[in-house]
Amino acid sequence: MSKTPQTAGASHGARSYPPRPEAVYFYATCLVDMFVPEAGMDAITLLEREGVRVIFPDNQTCCGQPAYTSGFPDEARQVVESQLDLFPGDYPIVVPSGSCGGMIRWNWEKVVANDPALKARAAAIAERTFELAEFLVHVLDFKRPDQGPALTVALHTSCSARREMGTLLVGRELLARLGNVTLAIHDHESECCGFGGTFSLKHPDVSTAMVSDKVASLKATGAGQMVTADCGCMLNITRRAAREDLDAGRAAPSLPGEHLATFLLKRTGGKPSGEHA
Amino acid sequence: MSAHQQTSTGGKDAGKPIAFVSAQALRERMHDAVNDPHLRQSFRGAMDFLMAKRAAQFPDTDELDSLRSLSEAIRQYSLSKLPDLLEQLEANLTHNGVQVHWAETPDEANAIMLGIAQRHAAKLIVKGKSMVSEEIEFNHAMEAAGVGALESDMGEYIVQLAGEKPSHIIMPAIHQTKQQIAKLFAEHIPGVSYTDNVDALIQIGRRVLREKFEIADIGLSGVNFAVAETGTLCLVENEGNGRMCTTVPKVHIAITGIEKVVEKLEHVAPLFSILTRSATGQAVSTYFNMISGPRRGEDKDGPEEVHLVLLDNGRSQAYADEQLRKTLQCIRCGACMNHCPVYTRIGGHAYGTTYPGPIGKIVSPHMMGLEQTHLLPTASSLCGACGEVCPVKIPIPELLIRLRGEANSEPHANPAMVGQGAGHNALTSFVWRMWARVHARPGSYRAFSWLATRFRAFTPKRQGGWTAARTPLQPAPRRLRDMVKDRR
Repeated sequence: MSKTPQTAGASHGARSYPPRPEAVYFYATCLVDMFVPEAGMDAITLLEREGVRVIFPDNQTCCGQPAYTSGFPDEARQVVESQLDLFPGDYPIVVPSGSCGGMIRWNWEKVVANDPALKARAAAIAERTFELAEFLVHVLDFKRPDQGPALTVALHTSCSARREMGTLLVGRELLARLGNVTLAIHDHESECCGFGGTFSLKHPDVSTAMVSDKVASLKATGAGQMVTADCGCMLNITRRAAREDLDAGRAAPSLPGEHLATFLLKRTGGKPSGEHA
Repeated sequence: MSAHQQTSTGGKDAGKPIAFVSAQALRERMHDAVNDPHLRQSFRGAMDFLMAKRAAQFPDTDELDSLRSLSEAIRQYSLSKLPDLLEQLEANLTHNGVQVHWAETPDEANAIMLGIAQRHAAKLIVKGKSMVSEEIEFNHAMEAAGVGALESDMGEYIVQLAGEKPSHIIMPAIHQTKQQIAKLFAEHIPGVSYTDNVDALIQIGRRVLREKFEIADIGLSGVNFAVAETGTLCLVENEGNGRMCTTVPKVHIAITGIEKVVEKLEHVAPLFSILTRSATGQAVSTYFNMISGPRRGEDKDGPEEVHLVLLDNGRSQAYADEQLRKTLQCIRCGACMNHCPVYTRIGGHAYGTTYPGPIGKIVSPHMMGLEQTHLLPTASSLCGACGEVCPVKIPIPELLIRLRGEANSEPHANPAMVGQGAGHNALTSFVWRMWARVHARPGSYRAFSWLATRFRAFTPKRQGGWTAARTPLQPAPRRLRDMVKDRR
């Protein structure tokens, strides 16, 4: 099988990181809140274990991305406007999802651009919004000893994380810091898993072709599991793999997947909050 | 804007008259394409090859990024002065002895070129590769009027023999295997027996075309860059057929879109460099032609007459909008399709447009109107691979989102595009309005998410496109906010 060229990082250039803060805002995203809460909880535990106080704004709902990318900018704007009040303090905002992080960092400003005051607030929020993995590496310098057995894993980096947040390398870096974990690079690693939000609903044929190829590439590495920092991709990939298992009559999941936060917590002696997605 | 075009072609419609496919049938064609293992395999292999070739040309990402920024700046600068540059181009070309024609629609462009052909009593027009000629269905228009139009680019020649349209803007016959080409040649070229030896096939094609260059009355070509200050038409090609078309016949007609103009000759070098490297992974193309007029007294070759047809076909609509104008930065390298996971899986014909892939999704709506094309911008996961490799930094995902919005919104006065609102659906709009209501009010969202988790057992097991290939989604028993609260 041929290896496609890997694209390394953000198309938006490097950013600067703040010193270790006393506290952070945790913006969970609707998908984590309702569908994969254990990933959010494990991310919170990870942050707290590093000595950072985690503030969970109770009025958080959704970053507005589904409406924005579906071409409903007005609806996206209403939701974004409702979220601009959530972060009154000066603390960094940590998001356990590359695509929601990308939405806040690059698109909130565009969505509310008609109102200069709101635009300025959105810009200020964007400036202190970080994807979890980049925050762990660049701000907290996360380095806990690996306590797990030898394991090979495959890493899927979402397109938004890769291209908007530039977090392919930090994901790899976090795994590399775990002594007993080997990272298996899968074929066509940089290729989209086929989720794309409403794309997976609107164009199921192509979306299925893409996710099936992704599952096959991940499995071909022989890795025991897949790790990713995006719950959209994770659900897409693991639910496709589960469907293949179901169709083939396999009892055990052939491609278990975990959020990077859960994986890191488990490997470094923490107590994860739930079970697999 | 023209309402011409759109009936059928390519894929399973191959062999029918060549014209555009209705974009409404996009889903059906995508379904057929992804279920064609031969197509899947051949496009995957070809795109992997082209991606690797491109990557090998750009080992230094800083150099790539600065060249992309420079190229973007040149294209944006050129577009910012487009009306002036077009006038300057016309003046300098006219001064050089080139006759300049303006066409708003494909029909107008074809009528202009047919007029030239008829004035010369032309029987055969031999063509270099030109996507704009595909865009206006040139071959068809000429044939309908009794003038032969023969493709001389090897890929285009194969596609023409097969009665298809190009499936890729740079590699028109990429969907054909050598065995299929061997069969085509044996069937269509007198005296040729089946061989799938690639070198032999190329020699057969060369031999046929060589004779045609000698007898053709008119040569047609596209244009990669038109230089305003010198009145020069630049043509990038690899096979030498472009040079033959533009020097051997007595008349040369060039056709291009109005966006292809640059101000200065020095603007061409960076664009040329990034074009060939992005397109085919070549440091430079085999041929680079610069045409600045017809044969002059002492010249040993060259046409006696040179024409340039400048086509609008929806480009001025894109131009009028600051954001959509970025569509016109395109230099037609095809890198976006080479890197597109959707294009890789469905090939070029499924799109049903002259220009397939990501660039096709953002340019076709201007050429054909959103009524025909409003589904195209939805056929993307917005992964961003196209924008990442675009040599002139067109923000393709952002433009796709914009086009989705133009299609979705209720039809209104003074739309930015023909067909605005063509994808508007009252139910869908209602659903999004409700979605916004829930998510823009934290209290509503808390109630909604509480209900969704509490009554998770009632989550539908059939979830449309999602469960077509995946196990269903179900909300967790408890929300993250509940877990956070409990812990404290």
